[in-house]
Amino acid sequence: MLLPATAVIGALILWPSVQVGLFSFQNYGLMQIIGAQPTQWVGFGNYTQILHDPEFWLSLKISVLFAVVVVPLTLIVGTCVGLLLSRLGRKMATFVSTAALLAWATPAVSASVIFAWLVDPDGGVVDWALSKLPSWLGGGAHWVGFSWTNAPLPAYTVLTVMLIWTGFPFIAVTVLAGLRTLPSELHEAARVDGASPWRSFWKVTFPLLKPIFLVLLLLSTIWDFGVFTQAYIITGDLGNRDEYNLGLYEYSRAFTQPPAYGIASAVAFILTIILLIVTVGYVRAAIKQGAIA
Amino acid sequence: MTLSLAPLPGRGARRLRRASRKAVLNLLGLLVALFALFPVLWMISTAFKPATEIYSLTPHPVPLHPTLANFKAVISGSVIGMPYWNFLRNSLLVTLVAVAVSSLISLLAAIALGRFRFRFRTTYLVMLLIVQLLPQQALVIALFIDFRSLSLLDSLVGLIAVYIAFAVPVTIWMLRNFAAAVPRQLEEAAAIDGAGAWTIFWRIMLPMVAPGLVATSVFAFIFAYNEFVFALTFLGTDTAKYTLPLYVQYFYGQNSTNWGAIMASSTLFTIPVLAFFVLIQRRLGSGLVAGAVKG
Repeated sequence: MLLPATAVIGALILWPSVQVGLFSFQNYGLMQIIGAQPTQWVGFGNYTQILHDPEFWLSLKISVLFAVVVVPLTLIVGTCVGLLLSRLGRKMATFVSTAALLAWATPAVSASVIFAWLVDPDGGVVDWALSKLPSWLGGGAHWVGFSWTNAPLPAYTVLTVMLIWTGFPFIAVTVLAGLRTLPSELHEAARVDGASPWRSFWKVTFPLLKPIFLVLLLLSTIWDFGVFTQAYIITGDLGNRDEYNLGLYEYSRAFTQPPAYGIASAVAFILTIILLIVTVGYVRAAIKQGAIA
Repeated sequence: MTLSLAPLPGRGARRLRRASRKAVLNLLGLLVALFALFPVLWMISTAFKPATEIYSLTPHPVPLHPTLANFKAVISGSVIGMPYWNFLRNSLLVTLVAVAVSSLISLLAAIALGRFRFRFRTTYLVMLLIVQLLPQQALVIALFIDFRSLSLLDSLVGLIAVYIAFAVPVTIWMLRNFAAAVPRQLEEAAAIDGAGAWTIFWRIMLPMVAPGLVATSVFAFIFAYNEFVFALTFLGTDTAKYTLPLYVQYFYGQNSTNWGAIMASSTLFTIPVLAFFVLIQRRLGSGLVAGAVKG
C-alpha cells in the first residue's frame, strides 16, 4: 500500500535531490545537456567558483537579511492579530479571520502582480498616497513616480510587506487555536493578581504556547528564506542581477544563457543544506509536540 | 432621587469603559480586515475601470464608470493572442488529474501508516515531513534535466507527475489521522460477513475518510492550481500549454502598462480559488491549522 506513494516520492523528489548533489560535482553545462561532450567530475570546482563569486555572497546576504527582517515582523503581526481575534465577538472574529485567510489563500502570482500594480510609478496607489502624506510623516511630492522595483532596498521593502500580508493570517489562526487550548482560569488569575495584559502575555501565554511559536518561527524561516515566485516577479524576471536572493541566483545560473547546471546545483545544494538545518529543528519540535505518532 | 441614583455612576462608567473597549477592539478588527482585503479589492476594482480612471491623478476606490472591456479583452484573447479559456482548460486538467491521482495514492499510504505499526514507520513519517520543505527551485534543476531526456518538457504530463509527487507527502500526512480514527471493529465485522479487502476499502474505509479527503484535496488543489516554478521551467516558451499562474505572469510581462487587462486576468485566476476557499472554509474549521502544525 505504501508502494505507489514511495515510488512517486522517490522518483520525483528524493532521486532528483541526490542528482542535484551529484551534478554539483560535475561540469554539467550546455555541451553536456545536448550530449556534445561527456560530463566530467570536477571535484569541488563548482563550489570554489561560487565561493569566489561576489554575486553569490550578495544573494546570500539578501536572503539572510530578508528572513531576519520578515520572519519576526510576520510573527509579531500574526500574534497580535491572533490575540485580537480571541478578544473579538463571534461574528466580528469570523469576519476578520475570513478576510485574513483570503489574503493567505491568494495565489503567489496574483499577489505579486497586484503588489506590482499597487507600487507602479505611473498610477500606483502607493506612490499617490505617499505623495499626499504630510511631510512630517515622510510624505511629499518626491514620491510621485517613485520606482519601487529598480533597486534592491525598495524592491525588498515591497516583498516584506507582501510576505507579511501573505504570512500573518496563518500565524494568527494558529496562535488563536493555541489560545483556545489554554484554560481561561490562568488569565483570570493573572488579572486578579493585577498583571497587565503585556505582563500576562509574556508570563502566562507565551511560555505555554512556546512550542507553537517555535514551530511557526521555523516554518516562517523556511518559507521566507526560500521565497521564489514573489521575488522572481517583483524583481523583474531575473532582469536585475543586484536584486537576486539565493534562490534567484541559483535559478539564473541554471536557466539563463549560458546554462551552468553544475554550478547552479552547487548553489542549490548549499540552499538545501541551509534549509535542512532549519528543517531538522522543525522535525525535532514536531516530534516533541507528539506530531509523529 | 439623587441618593438612590448614587451607586449608578460607577456601574455606568464601567459599562461605558467596556463598551469603548469593545469599540476599540472592533475598530482594530476592521483595520486588520481592511489590510487583508485591500490588495484583492483593489485588483477587482481596477479590473472594472476604464483606462482613463486607471491613470487618473486621484485614484478612486470604486470605479466611477464600471466597464467589462478589460474582461472582454482578456477572455477573447485580443491582448495576448490566445483566449483565457485555453489556459483555464490547461490549469483545470493539470489540477484535477493531480488531485485525483494524489488522493488515491495518499489514501492507500495513509491507511497503511494509520493502521499498521512496522519498522521504519517513524523514519517514513519524518521523511514525509522533510520532503515537504525541500526547496522546489533546487529540485527543478535535476527534474528539468531528467524530463528533457524523457521528452516530458513542454508537456502537461510532466507537470502533472511533479504535482502528484509534491501533493502526496502533505496529503498522507493529513490523511493518516483520519484513517487511524476509523474503528477497527467495522472492518472486522465486514470481514466476518465475508467482505474482501477491496470491498472493505471501497465500502468502509473510503466513506469513512471522505471528509478528510475533502480537506486534503483542497490543499492539493490550491498547490497545483497556484504552482509557478515548475510550470515556468518546464513549459518554457510553449505559451499554448501555459497554466493560469504562468499565463498571468506572461500577460503582465507582455503588457506591463495595460493594468486594467492585467488585473482582469489576475481576477479571473484568483476569484475561483477565493470563492472555493470561502465555501469550504467552514467545513475545514480548525483542521486547517491542526493538520499543518500538529499532525
